[in-house]
Amino acid sequence: MDLLKVKKMSEFVENGEKPDILFWVGSAGSFDERAQKITRAFVTILNKCNVNFAVLGEEESSSGDAAKRAGNEFLFQMQALMNIEILNSYDVRRIVTTCPHSYNTIKNEYKGLGGNYFVQHHTEYLEELIDNGELSFNNNLKGQKVTYHDPCYLGRANDVYDPPRSLIKKLGVTLQEMPRNKRNSFCCGAGGAQMFKEAEKGTNEINIVRTQEALDTKPDIIATGCPFCNTMLTDGVKNISENSAKVLDIAELIAECL
Amino acid sequence: MITNFIFLFIFLFAITVFSLNLRKIIRNINLGIDVDRSDNKKIRLKNMFRVALGQSKMFDRPIAAVLHLFLYVGFIIINIEVVEILIDGIFGTHRFLAHYVNNTIYNILIGSFEILAFLVFFSCIIFLIRRNVIRLKRFFSKEMTSWPKTDANLILVFEILLMGAFLSMNAADGLLQSRNIDHYIIAGSFPVSQFITPIFSPLSSENLILLERFCWWFHILGILGFMNYVLFSKHLHIFFAFPSTYYANINNLGQFNNLQSVTNEVKLMLDPNADPFATPSSSDDNNSKLFGAKDATDLNWVQLLNAYSCTECGRCTSVCPANQTGKELSPRKIMMDTRDRIEEIGNSKQKDNKSLLGDYVTSEELWACTTCNACTDACPIDLDPLSIIMDMRRYLVMEESSAPTELNNMFSNVENNGAPWKFSAADRLNWTKIN
Repeated sequence: MDLLKVKKMSEFVENGEKPDILFWVGSAGSFDERAQKITRAFVTILNKCNVNFAVLGEEESSSGDAAKRAGNEFLFQMQALMNIEILNSYDVRRIVTTCPHSYNTIKNEYKGLGGNYFVQHHTEYLEELIDNGELSFNNNLKGQKVTYHDPCYLGRANDVYDPPRSLIKKLGVTLQEMPRNKRNSFCCGAGGAQMFKEAEKGTNEINIVRTQEALDTKPDIIATGCPFCNTMLTDGVKNISENSAKVLDIAELIAECL
Repeated sequence: MITNFIFLFIFLFAITVFSLNLRKIIRNINLGIDVDRSDNKKIRLKNMFRVALGQSKMFDRPIAAVLHLFLYVGFIIINIEVVEILIDGIFGTHRFLAHYVNNTIYNILIGSFEILAFLVFFSCIIFLIRRNVIRLKRFFSKEMTSWPKTDANLILVFEILLMGAFLSMNAADGLLQSRNIDHYIIAGSFPVSQFITPIFSPLSSENLILLERFCWWFHILGILGFMNYVLFSKHLHIFFAFPSTYYANINNLGQFNNLQSVTNEVKLMLDPNADPFATPSSSDDNNSKLFGAKDATDLNWVQLLNAYSCTECGRCTSVCPANQTGKELSPRKIMMDTRDRIEEIGNSKQKDNKSLLGDYVTSEELWACTTCNACTDACPIDLDPLSIIMDMRRYLVMEESSAPTELNNMFSNVENNGAPWKFSAADRLNWTKIN
């Protein structure tokens, strides 16, 4: 893989420049090994399109989503106010993120605490790049069968259903919907801070149920747009039948077709 | 004459009892804390018209939706007939409206009442079959104990009896009209009850009058009784669906409220100029303002209104990922528990030692929630069980520090490293280096 071109916000300021967008990497995208690949794929696309973007780097901190959904409103607001202070000090207007949880929190919950930004999920932003003629791709994935899992915090939480689907279709692949999709999509099991704890006692695991539903469409690829969903579904595939399908983020699908 | 007075007395009695009990419910709802939903009146009205009046969300499940629509339209339209019955009852008239409206219009009115009454009758029978013969899964979860099941069946049987009485009344009336009996003026068309007429035709006119009067009284007393029963039943949604959809959350489903009480404290903590020894101005409301909710009275009035509006249809629970994988959580149970608890608080003279959290809802239920919003999306009248779950989680974490251990670890990671995992902020750009 080529070396990635990544500039921090502080470097922009040092040179007296301004980026067009701020890429909010998120804690998962920064630290989780699997999610790091999604981050790299997205940056590969940004580099290819010569997007003038910045990251916060060491100055980024947890969005507070997990703390808030776990009931720790104190910790959430501490995180939010710290992040808002940094974002506002750089006069950030536009944020793109590969994490629907950061997306939801920054877009909807920061505004009441003094943080007003135009926030986009990376699939929304990539759609825009295509519409502006800045991004096009080859048909490397042609003939592949893809099913798409709606992340709750992108779909039901914010009504973003179409950009991910439209991107998938533009790759020349077959999009096979699961029975429960869009509004009726079934959670992967990670939301509400479940990612960080064992599930309560039950008869089945949520991610296994959802992964089985995805595998029942006989896909080559299970696509999603959330690092947490990715983890849950990857585990699910390993559990049900290893290597029966790849679990990839839409950014990764596109990066394969550049 | 005497019957008019008896009728008037019963009618006023029913209305009085109804308003007294309704006031109790409103008083209970007002036990909740305040929340401002006076904004966006236009959007709220639109939502109410679309979701409550227009039944838009019902149609996610088309069979139930169509049957429910029959009941709903039937309920509203047939109540026009109740106006006539009330006037007849109080003034001793018969088919009062027929004297004042054009014959054709009256015929159309009565005819459509009859058709709707039949559709209501039919729908109730199908609903009874779904509950008791087909036994749809969502009507049989743990929280559907004997009273909720009985409640649901009672309502259906009640409606069947009411519609049966209404149609029998018309059948008898039609026969009496055809026999030119005094007082029974020729009015109305009877597209449905004409099929019952042959059964009654052997009866003498005296018996027919008796039958007609019996059905008339049964119908109106039934309606007055039903009106009062509704206040103690899941059926309250026929009234409360409207305010519940009006005051519903109109933000993106993903947006959870930011606790203002927390904001004040956090701002103080982050403010370098704050005097650490200053007495907090809000010290006096310490006992009134908890962080989160322990009891039903810590919830806001919209959440309590929601609890009274819940029809226990179980669509929320049937799409809940936690519930569907065998966890204890059921969003419907959260709504039902909240209503039971606020009723209990409202009815008890002195404070008991119980609370919603602990005596009704367990922390195991609360921690099973993925906050995926499937429940709030599925609710046909926009109720919000998730907000109640969240408020109780907040109490568990911020007042009792009793989150699961792994979550406490996550919290300390966020506090110390600014990430839910044990990684240093200095490593935030490590992903740029790996190849």
